[in-house]
Amino acid sequence: MPLTMNRVSVPVTVDAEKCIAGKGCTVCVESCPLDLLAIDKEKGTAYMRFDECWYCLPCEKDCPTGAIHVDIPYLLR
Amino acid sequence: MNGLDMEVDVLVIGGGTAGPMAAVKAKEKNPALRVMLLEKANVKRSGAISMGMDGLNNAVIPGHATPEQYVKEITVANDGIVNQKTVLAYAQQSFSMIEELDRWGVKFEKDETGDYAVKKVHHMGTYVLPMPEGHHMKKVLYRQLKKWRVDITNRYMATRLLLDRNGAIAGAMVLDSRTGEFSVIRSKAVILCTGAAGRLGLPASGYLFGTYENPTNAGDGYSMAYHAGAELSGIECFQINPLIKDYNGPSCAYVTGPFGGYTANAKGERFIECDYWSGQMMLEFYRELEGGNGPVFLKMNHLAEETISTIEHILHTNERPSRGRFHEGRGSNYRDAMVEMHISEIGLCSGHSASGVWVNERAETTVPGLYAAGDLACVPHNYMLGAFVYGRLAGESAAEYCAVRALAAVESDQVERERARVLGPLAHRDGLPPSQVEYKLRRMVNDYLQPPKVTRKMEIGLQRFAEVAEDLTRMSATNPHELMRAMEVHAILDCAEMAARASLYRTESRWGLYHYRADHPEKNDKDWFVHVQVKKGDGGDMSCFKRPIDPYVVPLDEEEKAAYDHLRITKQAAVA
Repeated sequence: MPLTMNRVSVPVTVDAEKCIAGKGCTVCVESCPLDLLAIDKEKGTAYMRFDECWYCLPCEKDCPTGAIHVDIPYLLR
Repeated sequence: MNGLDMEVDVLVIGGGTAGPMAAVKAKEKNPALRVMLLEKANVKRSGAISMGMDGLNNAVIPGHATPEQYVKEITVANDGIVNQKTVLAYAQQSFSMIEELDRWGVKFEKDETGDYAVKKVHHMGTYVLPMPEGHHMKKVLYRQLKKWRVDITNRYMATRLLLDRNGAIAGAMVLDSRTGEFSVIRSKAVILCTGAAGRLGLPASGYLFGTYENPTNAGDGYSMAYHAGAELSGIECFQINPLIKDYNGPSCAYVTGPFGGYTANAKGERFIECDYWSGQMMLEFYRELEGGNGPVFLKMNHLAEETISTIEHILHTNERPSRGRFHEGRGSNYRDAMVEMHISEIGLCSGHSASGVWVNERAETTVPGLYAAGDLACVPHNYMLGAFVYGRLAGESAAEYCAVRALAAVESDQVERERARVLGPLAHRDGLPPSQVEYKLRRMVNDYLQPPKVTRKMEIGLQRFAEVAEDLTRMSATNPHELMRAMEVHAILDCAEMAARASLYRTESRWGLYHYRADHPEKNDKDWFVHVQVKKGDGGDMSCFKRPIDPYVVPLDEEEKAAYDHLRITKQAAVA
């Protein structure tokens, strides 16, 4: 069946300057209860791969370098 | 993990609150047991308490409350429909569990003499114990899991339980949500601790994951227990909670109440006598919300600065800490104005209401070898401390069962059927996206099941659900993560059908808003002072039946029975 892609604004922002995923860190990926984050291997940073955020904050609190910021999802703001 | 080779004694499914406790207690009972804790997320940050908890809602502490008082309170709050033995088992072990958690390093609020600083929120007794530093709950549990060498397996979703020829537990079938690999775990006993069915109704925001419950709790356990032939009970007693509008998290009256905050209407007036969450309270909340004095607010702007700072510290660091960020974004502040509230989407959860898998006072379900604890186990109003107590009971009961039980042979046809169901969406490259099917299903749940419940609407709902059931076979998944979501949609549909059928079966109104039937508005004790059970019938169809209520072990007098019937403040009282 025909499918299309929708653009969505996602609530998790990663500061590329601070993120140390390139050195092998996966703390945020492991702490997300919904398994929404992934590592972009080319850029060496974490990013939000799936738009299914509960704005619960473990990723932000557990990040060792303070690279992650979680906003309230736009639909709820 | 390698398919059929995996064997354990006790498999605990769900590593949030009850699950870690069950695993530790099974090991304590018999350290030689192989105990696996299977978790869909990561046990360090999973479940309802991934960011901790701000207090105990049901602490039964000597000097403040007795187990008998507590049993009375919950019997009345749940409109009489309780198996009191299960509530009493909780109440009698409540204090020893608090003491154990205290020894493990959980910080409870104490007064200057070192006694627990218990607060009154309930209608009759005093049971609320704050935990201002409760954000460390998961760390405390994790230390115990390591100490007792529990085998932790993260990022696996259990999809169905495995049964032997006699209908007893033989293990579970699981999906690796990162590789899409399907495997079988053989076990003597299974303990279900998968939490509430929190993705049943659609939040008013329309955002699939903006739920009250942690949205990983999709109702997997309700569905697995049902397909294993277990009885479920009180499913028609929905979970509906009063929440911060749009944010959809608790406000939370338990935290703010003891400090002087309260639920108010648009005029800033109290309209309910007691903020404790019950169906009766929710009905008054709903009426005010929909009435001319609506909407409903949480009022704190009359409190002193230091009181508000204390409340903010608790609310913005525990349980749902992004609350502060939400208010900041709206430019709202507890000091300046009341906070607008709304009611949650419907869900199934015994932690807050009574909808769950039927268990006795040993956490045994009606399926041999299957135990349940936490939000999905039917012990009304059990909350976090109830999850811990029933986790302990389940772990100990399962360990005893293992001593007299061997691993059962695996019935390969069950495995092959399930493998085909689970992996089906990966094989379809061109099908319905699971997120769209989920949205439609949950929107239908809102349209047809949300109270006030109407017979004809619920019947139409069942027709729509049957159509969605056909869509399930047309879903496609483009990666293992989406496959997990597809399997969750299967569980949500099972929960929706159970919610509709149990609600249609009970032709009366009970539990205030939780089961308010517009075309059967009266409570009818003559015909419906019974549990309503849901079970998979022999022909595979869903069946409902009555289960008599066991004689009360803690009798109530007539005045006590009516205590939750008059929660609305009368005009004169409101003026005073």
